[in-house]
Amino acid sequence: MTTLMNDPGTTGRFGDYGGRYVPESLIPACQEIEAAFRDAWADPGFRDRLTTLLTVYAGRPTPLTPARRLSEELGITLLLKREDLTHTGSHKINNVVGQALLAQRMGKRRLLAETGAGQHGVATATAAALLGLRATVFMGERDIERQELNVLRMHVLGAEVVPVTSGSRTLKDACNEAMRHWVASTDDSYYCLGSVLGPHPYPWMVREFQRVIGEEARAQCAAELPAAVPDYVVACVGGGSNAAGTFAGFIGTTARLVGVEAEGGAAATSGRAGVLHGFRSLVLQDEHGQVREAHSVAAGLDYPGIGPEHAHLRDGGRARYATVTDDEVVRALVRLARTEGIVAALESSHALAWVIRAAESGGIAPGSTVMLTLSGRGDKDIASIKELL
Amino acid sequence: MTTLEESLLARRATGRLLVPYVTAGAAPGWTDVVRAYADAGADAVEIGFPFSDPMLDGVTIQEASDRAIARGTTVTAILDEVTALDVGVPLVAMTYGNLVFQRSGAEFCAALAASGLRGLIVPDVPLEECGELAGAAAKEGLDLVLLAAPSTPRPRLRDIAERSRGFVYALTRMGTTGERDEVPEQAARLGRDLKELTDRPVLFGFGVSSPRPAADLARHADGVVVASALMRRLLDGARPRELGEYAASIRRALDQGAR
Repeated sequence: MTTLMNDPGTTGRFGDYGGRYVPESLIPACQEIEAAFRDAWADPGFRDRLTTLLTVYAGRPTPLTPARRLSEELGITLLLKREDLTHTGSHKINNVVGQALLAQRMGKRRLLAETGAGQHGVATATAAALLGLRATVFMGERDIERQELNVLRMHVLGAEVVPVTSGSRTLKDACNEAMRHWVASTDDSYYCLGSVLGPHPYPWMVREFQRVIGEEARAQCAAELPAAVPDYVVACVGGGSNAAGTFAGFIGTTARLVGVEAEGGAAATSGRAGVLHGFRSLVLQDEHGQVREAHSVAAGLDYPGIGPEHAHLRDGGRARYATVTDDEVVRALVRLARTEGIVAALESSHALAWVIRAAESGGIAPGSTVMLTLSGRGDKDIASIKELL
Repeated sequence: MTTLEESLLARRATGRLLVPYVTAGAAPGWTDVVRAYADAGADAVEIGFPFSDPMLDGVTIQEASDRAIARGTTVTAILDEVTALDVGVPLVAMTYGNLVFQRSGAEFCAALAASGLRGLIVPDVPLEECGELAGAAAKEGLDLVLLAAPSTPRPRLRDIAERSRGFVYALTRMGTTGERDEVPEQAARLGRDLKELTDRPVLFGFGVSSPRPAADLARHADGVVVASALMRRLLDGARPRELGEYAASIRRALDQGAR
């Protein structure tokens, strides 16, 4: 197991998955980023600068909060890794500060990003402002209509938001458009990808920038739990960045790793091997190979693929992937709010919904310890929950 | 059977090469467009197999692909229509990795070859990822065409020129497919570099908008692929005959040479 979640080498392979399936015009840019990341990641000065920013700017380390009342109701010990308490309100900031520092080190002047719900777009706009870079964020026209508040936040932060009108006008089309724009502007622009997706080195690099979640949580669990390691480590999965960062901290332990997908966007559960946006992984597609749209109550999970490393963890059985319904998710969100006073994001509530179902059905034995990454806060979701209550 | 490369080499001896493009299924009767291109003096015809997420294509070809998919176009349906098509010039498939690897590269190549196609272009399967596919294509007598970009460094360009089959697809510029008027200096340089490195045909693609720029570009290599300019006309309602006439106007410009 020690070979899991390490450096995937120059080919960027995780078993059969990953790789670098991009047009020739992007190959030099990917190679340049890989070389720059390897160099930066081995440089204590870069690491120090990142750690400092994550501490004094993003608010790390985040606490591990025992969910006392909900734990009692469920008959388990539930610990919440509070990424919702970071600056901008989700784990996205960990990756974006890392990549923005890297872009600056590479002499790039502008960050390009795709965004679905707008969380990664807001995080990118934030990091760009912090480091004096420009930001251009591609967002599907339909998502722009659904996430007006985040569009306004990006504008306030000085970012340019480009509406994407092609295809389904959602996240996957925003990815296509960001990559197209990147092809034409690699000289001065850096593509700041928001999840453990895309061509090598992104899936690996983003996991490394998110690893801080898992490493902090592991140390906090050691202090909190008599057994030091929880029985279960659970996180929601869209592309899978918060799950990858969380799992990385526990990969060498006995903890059972569980990724929770939205029923309508469950690439690990109902996807087939395919190639999308520069990598090979499990992808939701029709029988002819056309990529399907993902649908769930949480816009941040509406991606038709899953990070290649998750596909590899699934195949090898080191992690398992489950799905929950929109209805379970909304009920979980409200339940956490009313037992713990924490309004979690709809995305994070997927992980919670699985824990609740598993604990109540005996899928998790009574008395088990569960560490759950609460990837973001639910302020952005209040309006959409209103209709579902 | 003559390979794509042999066929293009033979035609190169007498002039510049023209390879027009059509997205399969973008309009009813698209195979008539293929015929019209051949009648207009095309040296080969590139047939796009539509994919939902065509990363390297610009708005025109994305729209053509969306239309084709909405019309129910599938790989199987395209191959059925292509099998019955004999236009006297080689046909080359262009598509994305996800369609190629649905079952396996070997099966995909076998199906293309069985339908009489002679070449395959997969823009999101670059040099490092193409090994297995190249082997499968070679086994079927199918030429796997590789792309070269203005950003490609010289040693890598040598590998691409060496391993590409059929021709080398030289991108005129960084960016997606679409129309442009001027010949970028980087394209001229890429053409020169490739011609130094290989005897294989070198064709420019991307941004070949009209006859004059096509002829200007072709001076720096062996010919051009014309896609968006034709597909925009198709989307605007042009009939196969009109698309053939447009291809013929590019043919004439290539034959007359550039300024």
